[in-house]
Amino acid sequence: MTQPILALRGVNKSFGAVQVLHDVDFTVRAGEVTALVGDNGAGKSTLVKCVAGIHPVDRGEIFFDGEPVHITSPTDAAKLGIEVVYQDLALADNLDIVQNMFLGRERGNPWMLDEAEMEQAARRTLASLSVRTVTSVRMPVSALSGGQRQTVAIAKAVLWDSKVIMLDEPTAALGVAQTRQVLDLVRRLAEQGLGVVLISHNMADVFEVSDRIATLYLGRMVADVATKDVTHSQVVELITAGRSGELGLARPEAVTI
Amino acid sequence: MAELKQPVTEKPLPEGSAEKASPASLRAEDFGIDTTARTTREAVRDYVRNLRNGELGALPALAGLLVLFVLFWILDTFLPQGSGGTFISLGNLANLLQQGAGPTIIAMGLVFVLLTGEIDLAAGTASGVTAAVMALHFVRDGNLLGSLGWPVFILFALVVVVAIVLALVVRIWVAAVFCAIALVLLLIGFPPNAWLEMLFAITVGVVLGTISGFLVAELGMPSFVATLALFIAWQGVLLQFIGEGGTLGLRDPVIFAVANGNLSTLGSWLLFVVAAGGYAFVLLNRQRSRRRLGLVAQPTGLVLAKVTAVVVLGAIATALLTVNRSPGAIEISGVPYVVPIVLALLVVGTYVLDRTKFGRHVYAVGGNREAARRAGIDVVRIRAAVFMISTAMAAIGAIVYSSKVGSVSPTAGGGNTLLFAVGAAVIGGTSLFGGRGRISNAVIGGAVLATVQNGLGLLKQPSAVVFIVTGLVLLLAAAVDVASRRRSATATR
Repeated sequence: MTQPILALRGVNKSFGAVQVLHDVDFTVRAGEVTALVGDNGAGKSTLVKCVAGIHPVDRGEIFFDGEPVHITSPTDAAKLGIEVVYQDLALADNLDIVQNMFLGRERGNPWMLDEAEMEQAARRTLASLSVRTVTSVRMPVSALSGGQRQTVAIAKAVLWDSKVIMLDEPTAALGVAQTRQVLDLVRRLAEQGLGVVLISHNMADVFEVSDRIATLYLGRMVADVATKDVTHSQVVELITAGRSGELGLARPEAVTI
Repeated sequence: MAELKQPVTEKPLPEGSAEKASPASLRAEDFGIDTTARTTREAVRDYVRNLRNGELGALPALAGLLVLFVLFWILDTFLPQGSGGTFISLGNLANLLQQGAGPTIIAMGLVFVLLTGEIDLAAGTASGVTAAVMALHFVRDGNLLGSLGWPVFILFALVVVVAIVLALVVRIWVAAVFCAIALVLLLIGFPPNAWLEMLFAITVGVVLGTISGFLVAELGMPSFVATLALFIAWQGVLLQFIGEGGTLGLRDPVIFAVANGNLSTLGSWLLFVVAAGGYAFVLLNRQRSRRRLGLVAQPTGLVLAKVTAVVVLGAIATALLTVNRSPGAIEISGVPYVVPIVLALLVVGTYVLDRTKFGRHVYAVGGNREAARRAGIDVVRIRAAVFMISTAMAAIGAIVYSSKVGSVSPTAGGGNTLLFAVGAAVIGGTSLFGGRGRISNAVIGGAVLATVQNGLGLLKQPSAVVFIVTGLVLLLAAAVDVASRRRSATATR
C-alpha cells in the first residue's frame, strides 16, 4: 500500500452545539479514487470543506504527504495542491474555457495577459485528460453541455499541479453519456497519480470508478474498505445503518452519542 | 500534471492546406482541432454558425445603422419637408460625429458598469456636476470659494476628502490619487486654464464615482437605488452650483475646439496612418504569433480582407472630411477632434477589457459573481472600480457636450442623458444582465441614436416624433437581444 497523500486523524468539527464530525479518520492515496459516501447530513460536505480550508477543524490532525499541516484558508489548501470541484462548478458562463480555467490566476503581466501561453497550457491539460468532446478551447462555457462543463471544472482543478482533487457530486445533474465522460475522466485523473476523492450518491458510479469506499454515518467514519471487498448492499447498509455484518459500528448498544 | 503534449504544427501553413496538414488523429471531435490554422471557408462557416446560434454581437446594430443612413438619405432628399440632401452632406456628417460624441463617451463608460450587471443612473447628472464645476471655475477666474460661498465650498471640499477615504477603504489607490488631485485643484484656486479645467472635471468625476462605487460595492446597496438617489442629489448640486435659470458660458478657444474644432489636413492623414496602421499591425501581428505558436488563428485571407476594408473606409472618410465642407466663405475641413478622442477611448477601453487582468475580472464578476469570488477575485474592488470609470468617462463626455453647446446650464447631463447612454450601449449589443458587451457596442449604439435624432431633425419632425422613434429603435434592439439570447440558450446545448 502506498503512502497516503492526504490523511485526517481524529478530526472533530462542531457548528455551535451540533457536532458534525466525530473523530473522523480519512485517507486519500495518490493514484486511487476514494469514494466518500454517506446519507444526507452525514458530514461529507463538511469533511470536504474542512480539507479545503473553508471550515477550520476543531480538533484532530491533517497530514499532507506525511507532514502535519494546518489548513486555515482556501489559499492554504490550494498551495498544498488540494483542489475542490464544487457541485455548482463555479464557472462564468460568459467567459471561454481558457478564461475560466485561469480565472483569478491569469498568467502574464496584469496589464498584458499572456493569452497564447494560457491557451496552450489549457490545451495541454485537456489533451492530457484525453478530453475529446469540445471542439475549441475558445468556446464560451454557455455553449457547453453539462458534462462538458463538469469536464472544464475538473480540468481547471487539474491545471494547478494539484495532488488531491475532491469532486462533489460530479454526475448528479448529468445524463447517461455525460456521466460516462466524467467517470472516465475521474479514472484518468487517478491513473495520472492524483489522489481523487469522489462524493456521490450513485452506487453504480461509486462501484465503477472507486478503489476504496469511505462511509460516513452521522459524522463518524464507519468503514474505509477496498471497493472489491464489499458488495453494493453492504455499502447501502453502511450508509443507512452505519454497520453491515462485521463492518461498521460494532453493535448498536456500543454506540454512544 | 502529466505532460502529454499534442503534436504542434511547427511552421505556418500555406492557405488552404490546413485541413490536409493536420494529423488524422487530431481531426474531428478533439481539442486538437484548435492547433492549426483554419481556412477562410471554415472561418466564414464558423461565423455563420455563431450567427445562427444567436451570437449576433454588433451585427444588428451595424445593419441598423446602415439602414437608417440609407433611409434618411432617401427621405431627406425626396420628401417635401426634407432639406434636399443636407443629411448626407459633409457638413452634416461632421456635425453628426460632433453631436453624437458626448453621449457616446458617457455610454462607453457605462459599459463597464453594465458588464458587471449593475446600472449607474447617476452618471448623467454627475457629468453635469463635473461640467458645472469646470465652467464655474473657468468663468469665475478660478475663484470657486467666491462663487460657491463658504458653506458650499467647505461641504464640497469635505465630500472630496470623504471620497479619498472611501477610495482607500475599497483599496483603489489610483482613484484615491485622482480624488487627491481634485482636492488640490479645488483648494489652490489656479487661474483659468483649459487643460487644468478639463483635468479638474475628470478628477471630480472620479470623486463622484467613488461615492457610487462605495455605496454599491462596499455597503452592498442595490445599484439601482443607490445611483437613483445620487442621480437626484447630483441634480440638486448642479442647480446649487449654477443657480436656477443661470447659464455659464465656456468661451475658451481650447475647450470650444474639443467638440467643434478639426484636425488640419496633415493631422487628419496622420491620424489615418496611425489608426489604420495600428489596426493592421495589431491584427497581423496577433495572427502571425498565434500561428507561430500553433494556435488557431484567423486565416490570412480574412485578416487581410479586414485590414483592407478598414484602410479603404478610413481613407475614404479621411479624404471626405478633409474637403472644405463649409457653405460660407470660411473654410471648414479636417477630421473633427472628437474622432481621435473617441477612437483613443475606444482603443484604451477595449484593451483594458480584453487584455488586462482587471478587464477579465470585470467580465467574470458580471458572468458569475460567486465563481469570481471563489477564484480569489476581489469582487468589491472590481465593482467599485467600474463606477469610478463610468463617472470619470461621463466627465469626459460632459467636457465634449459642454464644448459642443459652448455653455453649461442646470439641465446639463440631466433629463434623458443617462437613459440615452444606456440605450446606446444596449442598442450596440451590451446586455443589461451583465457579462456581455464591448466598448465598441456603445460607439455603434451612440451612432445609431445620433443618426435618428439628426435625421428626424432634418426632416423637421417635432420632438414628439423623435422621442417615439428613438424609443422604437431601442425596443427593436431589445427585441433582437431577447431573440438571440433565446436562440443561444437553445441552439448550443
